[in-house]
Amino acid sequence: MMIGTDLNTVLPELILAIYAMAALMFSVYFGKDKRANAVFWMTAIVMVILAVMIALAPAGAHTAFNGAFVDDAFARYAKVLMLLASAVIILLSKDYLQKNNLLKFEYPILIALATLGMMMMVSAGDLMSLYMGLELQSLSLYVVAAFRRDSLRSTEAGLKYFVLGALSSGILLYGASLVYGFSGTTVFSGIASTITDEGLGLGMIFGLVFLCSGMAFKVSAVPFHMWTPDVYEGSPTPVTAFFATAPKVAAACLFARVLHDAFPTAQADWTQIIALLSVGSMFLGAIAAIGQTNIKRLMAYSSIAHMGFALMGLAAGTEAGVQALLIYMAIYVVMNIGTFAFILNMERDGNAITDIKCLGQYSKVEPARAAALAILMFSLAGIPPLVGFFGKFYVLKAAIDADMAWLAIAGVIASVIGAFYYLRIIYFMYFGNEVDPMTGKMPALHYVALMGAAAVMLFGVINLFGIEAYAAIAAEALLK
Amino acid sequence: MENLLSIITFLPMLGAAILIVFLRGNDDYAQRNAKILALVTTAATFVISAVALIAEFDPSNTDFQLVEKREWLAGLTYKMGVDGISVLFVMLTTFLMPIVIGACWTVTTRVKEYMVLFLILESLMIAVFCSLDLVLFYVVFEAGLIPMFLIVGIWGGKDRVYASFKFFLYTLLGSVLMLVAMIVMWMEAGTTDIPTLLNHEFSFSNMSVLGISITGGLQTLLFLAFFASFAVKMPMWPVHTWLPDAHVQAPTAGSVVLASILLKMGGYGFLRFSLPMFPVGTEVMATFVMTLSVIAIIYTSLVALVQKDMKKLIAYSSVAHMGFVTMGIFALNKQGLDGAIYQMISHGFIAGALFLAVGVIYERMHTREIDAYGGLVIRMPAYALVFMFFTMANVGLPGTSGFVGEFLTLVGAFKANTWIAFGATSGVILSAAYALWLYRRVVFGDMIKESLKTITDLDAREYMMIVPLVIMTILLGVYPALVLDIIGPSVDALLENVTSAQAAAHAALAQN
Repeated sequence: MMIGTDLNTVLPELILAIYAMAALMFSVYFGKDKRANAVFWMTAIVMVILAVMIALAPAGAHTAFNGAFVDDAFARYAKVLMLLASAVIILLSKDYLQKNNLLKFEYPILIALATLGMMMMVSAGDLMSLYMGLELQSLSLYVVAAFRRDSLRSTEAGLKYFVLGALSSGILLYGASLVYGFSGTTVFSGIASTITDEGLGLGMIFGLVFLCSGMAFKVSAVPFHMWTPDVYEGSPTPVTAFFATAPKVAAACLFARVLHDAFPTAQADWTQIIALLSVGSMFLGAIAAIGQTNIKRLMAYSSIAHMGFALMGLAAGTEAGVQALLIYMAIYVVMNIGTFAFILNMERDGNAITDIKCLGQYSKVEPARAAALAILMFSLAGIPPLVGFFGKFYVLKAAIDADMAWLAIAGVIASVIGAFYYLRIIYFMYFGNEVDPMTGKMPALHYVALMGAAAVMLFGVINLFGIEAYAAIAAEALLK
Repeated sequence: MENLLSIITFLPMLGAAILIVFLRGNDDYAQRNAKILALVTTAATFVISAVALIAEFDPSNTDFQLVEKREWLAGLTYKMGVDGISVLFVMLTTFLMPIVIGACWTVTTRVKEYMVLFLILESLMIAVFCSLDLVLFYVVFEAGLIPMFLIVGIWGGKDRVYASFKFFLYTLLGSVLMLVAMIVMWMEAGTTDIPTLLNHEFSFSNMSVLGISITGGLQTLLFLAFFASFAVKMPMWPVHTWLPDAHVQAPTAGSVVLASILLKMGGYGFLRFSLPMFPVGTEVMATFVMTLSVIAIIYTSLVALVQKDMKKLIAYSSVAHMGFVTMGIFALNKQGLDGAIYQMISHGFIAGALFLAVGVIYERMHTREIDAYGGLVIRMPAYALVFMFFTMANVGLPGTSGFVGEFLTLVGAFKANTWIAFGATSGVILSAAYALWLYRRVVFGDMIKESLKTITDLDAREYMMIVPLVIMTILLGVYPALVLDIIGPSVDALLENVTSAQAAAHAALAQN
């Protein structure tokens, strides 16, 4: 009886897990990579169906397995976002992988497993399930980072990611063990009540700091960002696109989940940590990218800066802050999908190129695509009236509301510095010197993703497609 | 017609959308069609705004009129409306845009994109002057950077990249602090509605930040944040350095928009936000701002004297003239405010015309070097006359609109601070020096340059662009009531608002 309700609560995860295993068996026994095309589509369809299923699920919060798994509006918001992002990335990956003879059936299955891990992460109600989700996600990501097995860069990226990821998991685990040791429980609500009753002891503070460090690694916040540029650069581009979207959402939401669920009364302590992570990330992301000419590295630093902004919402420590974080992540994901749909097609004579100088006068060759990318760049830079501005606007508002005007001022200054390198891409496309034009047809799906993302940035100014209300419900659920 | 302002605002954008969707190809016909469509759109916008505002706008009413309001995201509102101050800036924009499109007529590269950007820019500029919501104002204020960045960067001169980046990042840095201040105001007052905020009293008790005691407290801080934005936009000395670069590199039409309309946003911002919302902050900072203004007037006039590039000279002269505007605004009396608004409107016509005049010979000779010209009067008598007229207007000759603005701001400054007025008046002399000397070097003298011997006089298109500006300059020069009657009641109300708030603040501080 009890197990029945529990399983019902984790039904979407269950379906995805069973699907992943079934798809694996099916592909192995029936033709392996010859079936890859079908597996790509099937995985994306399953993810979209699950997203719809979760979106339409009745409101309210349920817990399963004695509080280890929480299904509330917050988790549902994050899951819908991650599932849709993963589905789009899988479909965008297909053409690229096919062109590079990488179309293997394992790819979508690994992405599905990573997504499953992410779904566990955002639903974690217990340090154990947190770690389980985190590792499932991370291990899948290590493998896809090294997906191009015969490429030195790709294997290097995978190895680098694995070693540093393992280190960060170790740190996180150490923090978790400290927290468990000093509270006697791994359930978030239990940890929270221990802190309320006994105050935040030194051991707990250490545990909190180690937990934060581990999670900061996953969101690639400064000073735990070192792996990001190398992994972004070395991984195959579709994998980079994936890294920049769904896992970031998962990590940011996990961060919010742990801090607000397990350490709500220690808010005064962790807001300082998060504020520092946020300032560091915003400035490093803005400054370090100035000298980059490789668009994948540039996007890596851009994602560091954006995570800094998202963490600003978390640093506020309020419901409005969490809402801002969620809105920010949704906007960020759309911008990145659009941008990577473009980057996937940067090639000349069949060779992928990543140097932004190759965009010289691109607007003359392909005016529509150039305009779409320009819109996305202005949006990433946070220039109104594009939607990227409103993402920043919400977090700034949350920070100021929480009496952290200094953080907001630091953020806007960093955003001006960061605007420079986004403008530089526009500069190459519109004002730069003419270079050999990039060749290669853009697959229809990529074209739709690029144009769609640009259109969202442009027309979102009307009402942000109502995402504000969903984020508000989700934030309310987390801070109930 | 309750959507009147929205219709005026979005009509140019509609034209841009039609161009994007329906215009294909890049041959001569397509280019001409793009220009004609843009011209028709801007002309229609002007006609609608003129007819509508004459019919619907009541100058004696000091409230916001033609107000429309809709819910927007995050608890903000889409609220538009005009009062006596903003209505004239809307008219200035819609009046100048057809002329700007006329100035684009000789462009042949990427014509469609060029027209689209100008149309979008027009919509955003109108929206700036109509916004009655803080964040809406910020959004359209900042959004204007995008088309201007592209206009300078794509169609600009040799160093266009440097100029466009400098323009963009400079103005962005100024504005983001204003955004933070706006959010603080929202938190304090609980609303972003500008008419409500005009009557909200922000805290002015002294406070200490990082150990520095701040007179006027929150109001001064907010004032400074807004000042950072508007002073860059205006531009005021010493943050004016982006303007000469942008002006020199921008294409003629871009320079006209920049000088005639975009610069006015700074002055408008002071009038709409800084003065009425932070009266105590204004009082604390007024002398400082007036001092900066007078430095701007004298310093940039001297800098203008040594320029070798015509556009740069006129750009520096713009900075000097904007110095009169800020001086008039912060004199905080009727003459000063009236004069400042008058000066902005008149500078819109005069500086626009001067940039057009430079554009006319640039198109023929492809150089802006003053030394490359001389004796133009021999081949171009009509041009010499027009250029003479606007040079005189720029100097502030009585009978032109330039005189009224300068005179009123000087009277206002004299009432507020004699020494400031003294300094500014010497700036008038300097302006005569650089303007007349420019004229002497370009138009008079012998025509010794071979390349000039075949230069032709103004053609029909150039007459059509310049004559309306001549008419407006004379009209406003001999009949200032045309403007003053419209702005008068609103300026009185603004001044009354500011002085009573300052008096109340003094009383409150005296009590403690």
